Amino acid sequence: MPPETSTSSAGGKEGSSGPSSKKNSKKPKYSKFSQQELPAWKPILTPGWVISIFAFTGIIFIPIGLASLYASEKVVELPFQYDQKCIPSEYSNNAEAYIKSTTTNKTCTATFKVEKTMKSPIYVYYQLTNYFQNHRRYVKSKSEDQLRQKSAEEDTDDCKPEARTPDGQPIVPCGLIAWSLFNDTYKIKVKGKHLKISKKNIAWQSDQTKKFGSDVYPKNFQAGGLIGGAKLNESIPLSGQEDLIVWMRTAALSTFRKLYGKIETDLEANEELSLVIENNYNTYSFGGKKTLVLSTATWIGGKNDFLGLAYIFIGGLSLFFAVCFLLMYLFKPR
Amino acid sequence: MDSNKEAGNSSHFDPALKSSSRRSITSSHSRGSDTVSVREVPLSHSGSKPVRYGSKGADSEGFSMSRKEINDEDARLVYINDPQRTNERFEFSGNSIRTGKYSVITFLPRNLFEQFHRVAYIYFLVIAVLNQLPQLAVFGRGVSILPLAFVLLVTAVKDLFEDWRRHRSDKVENSRLASVLVGEQFEQMKWKDIRVGEIVKIHANETIPCDIVLLSTSDPTGVAYVQTINLDGESNLKTRYAKQETLSKLPETERISGLIKCEKPNRNIYGFQANMEVDQKRLSLGSSNIVLRGCELKNTKWALGVAVYCGGETKAMLNNSGAPSKRSRLETRMNSEIIMLSVFLVALCTVISVCAAVWLKRHNDELDMLPYYRRLNFNDRDKEGEFTNYEYYGWGLEIAFTFLMSVIVFQVMIPISLYISMELVRVGQAYFMIGDNRMYDEASNSRFQCRALNINEDLGQIKYVFSDKTGTLTENKMEFQCASIGGVDYSKTNEIQENELVEYSVEVDGEVLRPKMKVKVNPELLQLSRSRLENDKGKRIHDFFLALAACNTIVPLHVDTSDPKVKLIDYQGESPDEQALAYAAATYGYTLIERTSGHIMIDIQGERHKFNVLGLHEFDSDRKRMSVILGYPDNSVKLLVKGADTSMLSVINKSSNMDRIHATESHLHSYSSLGLRTLVIGMRELNTSEFEQWHQSFEAASSALLGRAAKLRKVASNIENNLCILGASAIEDKLQKGVPESIESLRTAGIQVWVLTGDKQETAISIGYSSKLLTGDMTQIIINSKNKESCRRKLQDALVMSQKLMAASGVANVTETSFAPKIPTALIIDGTSLVHVLDNELEEQLFELASKCSVVLCCRVAPLQKAGIVALVKKRTSDLTLAIGDGANDVSMIQMADVGVGISGQEGRQAVMASDFAMGQFRFLVPLLLVHGHWNYQRLGYMILYNFYRNAVFVLVLFWYVLFTAFSLTTAINEWSSMLFSIVYTALPTIVVGILDKDLSKRTLLNCPQLYRAGQRQEAYNKKLFWITVVDTLWQSIVIFYGAFFAYWGSTIDVASIGDLWTLAVVIVVNIHLAMDVIRWNWIAHVSIWGSIAATFISIMIIDAIPTLPGYWAIFHALGTGSFWLCLLGIIITALLPRFMVKYIYQYYFPDDIQISREAEKVEASRVVVGGDIEMHPIPVGPPRS
Repeated sequence: MPPETSTSSAGGKEGSSGPSSKKNSKKPKYSKFSQQELPAWKPILTPGWVISIFAFTGIIFIPIGLASLYASEKVVELPFQYDQKCIPSEYSNNAEAYIKSTTTNKTCTATFKVEKTMKSPIYVYYQLTNYFQNHRRYVKSKSEDQLRQKSAEEDTDDCKPEARTPDGQPIVPCGLIAWSLFNDTYKIKVKGKHLKISKKNIAWQSDQTKKFGSDVYPKNFQAGGLIGGAKLNESIPLSGQEDLIVWMRTAALSTFRKLYGKIETDLEANEELSLVIENNYNTYSFGGKKTLVLSTATWIGGKNDFLGLAYIFIGGLSLFFAVCFLLMYLFKPR
Repeated sequence: MDSNKEAGNSSHFDPALKSSSRRSITSSHSRGSDTVSVREVPLSHSGSKPVRYGSKGADSEGFSMSRKEINDEDARLVYINDPQRTNERFEFSGNSIRTGKYSVITFLPRNLFEQFHRVAYIYFLVIAVLNQLPQLAVFGRGVSILPLAFVLLVTAVKDLFEDWRRHRSDKVENSRLASVLVGEQFEQMKWKDIRVGEIVKIHANETIPCDIVLLSTSDPTGVAYVQTINLDGESNLKTRYAKQETLSKLPETERISGLIKCEKPNRNIYGFQANMEVDQKRLSLGSSNIVLRGCELKNTKWALGVAVYCGGETKAMLNNSGAPSKRSRLETRMNSEIIMLSVFLVALCTVISVCAAVWLKRHNDELDMLPYYRRLNFNDRDKEGEFTNYEYYGWGLEIAFTFLMSVIVFQVMIPISLYISMELVRVGQAYFMIGDNRMYDEASNSRFQCRALNINEDLGQIKYVFSDKTGTLTENKMEFQCASIGGVDYSKTNEIQENELVEYSVEVDGEVLRPKMKVKVNPELLQLSRSRLENDKGKRIHDFFLALAACNTIVPLHVDTSDPKVKLIDYQGESPDEQALAYAAATYGYTLIERTSGHIMIDIQGERHKFNVLGLHEFDSDRKRMSVILGYPDNSVKLLVKGADTSMLSVINKSSNMDRIHATESHLHSYSSLGLRTLVIGMRELNTSEFEQWHQSFEAASSALLGRAAKLRKVASNIENNLCILGASAIEDKLQKGVPESIESLRTAGIQVWVLTGDKQETAISIGYSSKLLTGDMTQIIINSKNKESCRRKLQDALVMSQKLMAASGVANVTETSFAPKIPTALIIDGTSLVHVLDNELEEQLFELASKCSVVLCCRVAPLQKAGIVALVKKRTSDLTLAIGDGANDVSMIQMADVGVGISGQEGRQAVMASDFAMGQFRFLVPLLLVHGHWNYQRLGYMILYNFYRNAVFVLVLFWYVLFTAFSLTTAINEWSSMLFSIVYTALPTIVVGILDKDLSKRTLLNCPQLYRAGQRQEAYNKKLFWITVVDTLWQSIVIFYGAFFAYWGSTIDVASIGDLWTLAVVIVVNIHLAMDVIRWNWIAHVSIWGSIAATFISIMIIDAIPTLPGYWAIFHALGTGSFWLCLLGIIITALLPRFMVKYIYQYYFPDDIQISREAEKVEASRVVVGGDIEMHPIPVGPPRS
C-alpha cells in the first residue's frame, strides 16, 4: 500500500470510505460456532475402550441375570388349566354346546397340591390363550367418555356392535370389551375351609379414580341379543367394578393373565387345595385355553426365566468378546 | 444466412450466443448490407468530422435484420411519445416488476399448490386422506394430519420469508425515480409508472428503467456509452446509437412523434428487430439502437429514448430466471434406495394382508361370535330379519382394507421427514459455508454465496473441475510489467521497486486528473521518459508511450472523487490489455485525457496535445494487430501499430536495425517465458501521397457494399508494413492468490483440473506453467488441426503415445487407472480442433485420451464449446463435474456442469446468477471442496442411511406386533408417539449431526487432500452400507420387539404399557446408535441427543397423563416395576452390541483413510499438551503469491 500521503487527494474517496467500509464489511464474524470449531470430545474406539466396555457389560449383566433368575425361581406358581377338565365327559366332543347352554351345570370341582410354601399375598390370576384382546376391532370398541362421566352416556359411537340395545337405548358400559367381560368364578377351599379371595385393589388406582366414573352406573348391560359374559351389579358405579376395570385394560399379547383376586394368607407346602370353578366363559369356540394361576410375586414380577437367562447369555457373550478382543490385541496387533 | 439464423433463434436466449453472434456480425459484413452509414471517414485530417469508435458491435447497426419485415400480428406497435395510443389496443405491461411469487391472497393456495408438486408430499396427503375413511381409520383424525401439517407449515414459513425479501427488493426497485416526458417537460416519475411509448431521459450514471430505443443523446453523433455489467457481466463500455434521423429532435423544440414496430418481448439480449417510422421515413432498428433495463449510462451526459418493453417484459427480467434447480447425486442415488424401501413397505403390507386373509378364512365360522371380533351385530337386523354384519365387507374387501391400513400404519417406512431434515440440514450447512472466514474475499468484500440449496453434498464428490482462465485463475487485472524499448530492456530493476507505485497526475483547468490505477514503474525508464531527451533513445521512448496512449479504443471516463478538484480517470475499453497499457502510458506521463469524435487529447508530461484520429483499423484475429493513423499537431501523419509478436515481426522493416529487432525478440522470448502477455509496438510515418492513397482505398472499402470487412482488412494490411519497431510491452495477467497451490491440492485430491480458455495457445500454456498446472516434466500433446482428418490422426497418434508412456513407466495398471500415479501428460487442444471433435465419433477418442492425461488445457474455445466439453465428460462418466468461471461466456458451462461455481469478480454478475455457488477467489475452491464438500457429503450420506434405519426400526417393531394381533394392525405404540417419533423424539439429533458433525478437522482435510477421494469413491453412501444398515435394522427391531415379547408373554401387561416400553426402547436405541457414530461431541450434540431422550420420556409421561387416552397412567405403573427396567436395559445393550463390535473391528483392523487420519489427529492433539483446540489457529492456505 502506498503511504497515506500519496493517496491524499485521490484517496479522498477511499480514505473516507476506509473506516466505513470496515463497518459494513461482510466479513463473517469470527466465533467458534460459526467456524465450526466448538471444543469437542473426540472419542475413538481403541482396544482399551472396547475391551473394557465389553468386560464391563459382562460384569454388570451376569449378576443382574443371576439375580433375576434367582428372583424368578423364588416365585411359586401354581397353574391349573381347567378348560377341558371342566367339561363333562358327555360334552367332551361338543364343548361349545355345553358352555352355551343355559341349562347345564357349569360348576366344576378339582383339587391340587401346593408344592412349595407360598407367602402372602398370593395372586389369583386367570390366564387365557389364543384370545386376541389386542385385536383392532376389540381394542377400539369402547367409549372412554361414557366410562368417565354420566353426561356422556349417549356417546356410544365407537362401541359398535355393542353400542345400543335393539330399541335404541345406550348400553353402559358399551362396547365389545365390556360386553365380553370374563365371568368364570373361583372358590378355593383349604382343609374344607373357604379361602378368602379378596377382590379389592386388584385394579389400577389410577383407572378407578380417573377413567371409570363413580357416578356412572351400568345400564342395559348384557341386555342385547347375545350375552357376551359377566353381568354387572347395576347398583355399583363403574369405579367400583374392579373386575371390569381389570378386564378393560386390554392385554398386549394373545396369551395373558388377568388378576382375579388376592389371597392374604400363606399356603403351606403339600396342602391340598380344592377348587370350585364356575365355568361360564366361552373360549371353546376359538380354542382358547383357560388356566387358573396362583402365584407369589417378587421384584421382577411373576415367574419369568427369560430375562435372567437373556442377561446371563448376553453378559457371557460380552465377556467372551472381551477376552477375544484382548487376545487379538495381544497376539495379533495390527 | 447467419443473421437470419440469429433472428430465428432470437426467442431462445442463450448467453453463449454472444460470441457466435459477434462472429456472425463480422461475417455478415462481407455479405454486405446496403444501409451502411456509420463509418463516414474524415476527408481531411485537419477537419474533425465525427468518427465513431468503440466496440466492434458498432458496425452491426447497418445490417440489423435490415430488410426483414415484421408481421403485424407478431409486432408490437409503439407510438412514440403517445402512451395512450400505444396502450389503447393492448395494455402492455407497466414497468413495475414483481419477483415475489405470492400476494396476501394467493399465498395460501399457491404455496400449497407448489408444495404438493413434490411426490413425497402427495404420498403424505394420500395417506392422510386414506386415514379419514372410516373403514381405514387407523389413527385419530387430528393425529394423522399432524405430520403433514407440520411439514407444510415449516416449508410455508420458509417460503414466506423468502418471498417477503423479494417483495421488499421489488418495492425498492419499483420506486426508483426516472425523468419522463409528460406533455412538454420532463417530470420525475417512479419506475413502476413508466409506460410503453413514453419518452425517458436518462442522465449519466443512471440506470435504465426499461428497454428503450435511443432517440438522441448528448453526443452530436448520437453515441451513448452504456455499461452492461448487470446484464451480461461485461464491465467495459458498449456503444449504442441513436438514429441520425431522430438525433436532432428534442422535446424542447418540437413534439416528437413516430411509430416503432418491434418484435414481441423475448429473452435475446443480443438481438432486437424493429423499424421506426419518423417523418414518413422508414428506418430499421437493430440491437445497437436499444438500451436494456439494468444497464448504466456512462460517459454520456444524457440520452433520450422511448420505452418499448417495460417491467416483466424487459429482456433483463425475462432472463432473470434464477439458478436452475439441480438435484444432487446423493439424492438421486437415495431415490433408488427409496424405491427399495417402497418395495419393503409393499412386502410388509403384503405379508400382513396374506396372513390376515388366511386368518379370516380359517376363522370364518367363528367370526360371527368371536368375542374380540363379533362380526354379527345382534342389536341390529336387516329387512329379512337377519342380523347384520358389523363393519365386515366380505373377505376380499377386508383384505384390501387390511392392505391399505397397513400402508397407513407403516407409512414412515418411506422417510418423508428425511426430505425436510435434508432441507434443514442443507440450510445449516449453507450457513456455515457462508460464514466461513476462509471463504471471505477481502478484495471484493464478498462472502461465499450458496445460491442452490440442494447440492451441497455434491461438493464432496467432484471428480472433474472445469475452470475458466481469465478472471478465474487470473485476476483479470492486466498489469503492465516491463517494456523493451528500442532494444533496451527496462525490466531488471523491477524487482527492487516492487512496492513503489508511482502515480502521475495532470492538472487541467484547475482540476487534477489522476489515473485510477497505479502501475509499477521502472525508475530508470521513468526518469528517461520524464526528461524527454532529444536524442534517438528519447524519441523512441516518446513514440513508444505515445503509441501506448493513442493506439487503442479506450474511452477515458472522469470519475468524481470526494475532493471536487480531483478526478480519477477511468479507462474504459474492451480489452483489459489496452487498459493496462493506457494506465502505464499515463504513469509515464502520457495521459489520455479525452476522446471525442475525431480526436483524442493526450497530456504529455504536462502539456496537452490534440491528435486527430484519421483512421482506425480494429483488431481482428487474422491480422492479430490493430493500428491507428494519427494526425499530429505538426500536421505529420503517423501510423501506430500494436499487435502480437508473430504478426508484428513479419511486417517490421527488417532492413535496418537488425540488432534492435534481435534484442527485442530475445526480450520477448524472456517475457513470455515468464508468463507475460507481450505486444509489439511499431510505427511508420506516412507521407502525403501514402496517406492519400490509403485514404482513398479506406473510403472505398468502408463504403463497399460487398465484402466490406475483407476489403477493410486488406486496406489495413497494405498500410501496416515496413514498420519501424518501437519496442515491446509485457503485461502480466496476474494469477489470483493461491492458485498454484490450490491446483496442486485439487490434483492431489484426485480431481482432474481442466482449463478451458478463450485465450490463445501460447498464453494458455504460459498461464498453465505459472499456475503449476503444467510442469516441466510433462509430456505435452498438442492438438491444433484445421480439419477432421488431421484431428483423427493426431488423436490416434496421441493415444498410441500415451499408451507407450504408460507402458514405459510400468504403471499400465489397468485395474487402478483412476488413481494410479499417471505419467504426467498434458493435453492441449484448441477450439478449432474441438469443432471437429465434438459431436462425432472422435469424442470417444478425445475422452479416452483426456482421461489418460493429468492435465487438459483447451484454448480458443467458444462458450458453447465449453459446455460441450463438460457435456462430453458428463456423458461418459458418472463422475461429478464442477465448472468454475466468472464471465458471461462461462454461463453455459456453469449450467451444464453438475455443480456450477461463479466467481463474483471483475466480470460482473452473469456467471454468479447462473451458478450454484459463488465466491470471490479461485482458491476458495479448496476449502469449499476439501473441507465443506467433504463434510457435507459425509454428513448427508450418513444422515440418509440413519434416517432409513431409524424409521425402519420403528416400522418393524410395529410390524412384529401386528403379527401377534391377529393381523389386525393394532399398534401398541400409541398414535401420538407414532406421529411424534419422527418429529420430536428423533428429529433434532440427526439434524444437528447433519449440520455440525465433522469427521476430520479442517486442518487435516487441507493438509491431506487425498482424503477427498473418500467422497469420489462414495464411501459414505453406497449399496453395501445400505444393506448393512438393513441387516442392522432387522436385528435391532427383532431385539426390541422380541425382548419385550418374551419377557411379557403370558403376563398381565396391557397394550399401553408394553407400547410405552417399545417407544422408549426404540427411541433410546436409535439415539444411542446415532451417539455411537457421532465423531465430535460438542455441547450441541450432547444437548440434542440426551435432550431427545429426555423429551421422549417427558412426552410419554404427558401423553399418559391424559385420562381420555387409553394408556392413562401406564408409564407410571411400568416405571415402578423391575422387569420394565430390566427389559429396557437389556434391549438397548443387546440391540447395539453387534454394531459396536463390527464398528470396532472395522475401525481398528480395517481402517479406512478417514479413520487413520482421525487417529493421527488424536495423537497429534495429545502431543499438543497445552490445552485448547488446535484448530483455533488460523492456517493459511498456502503462502501468498506475489
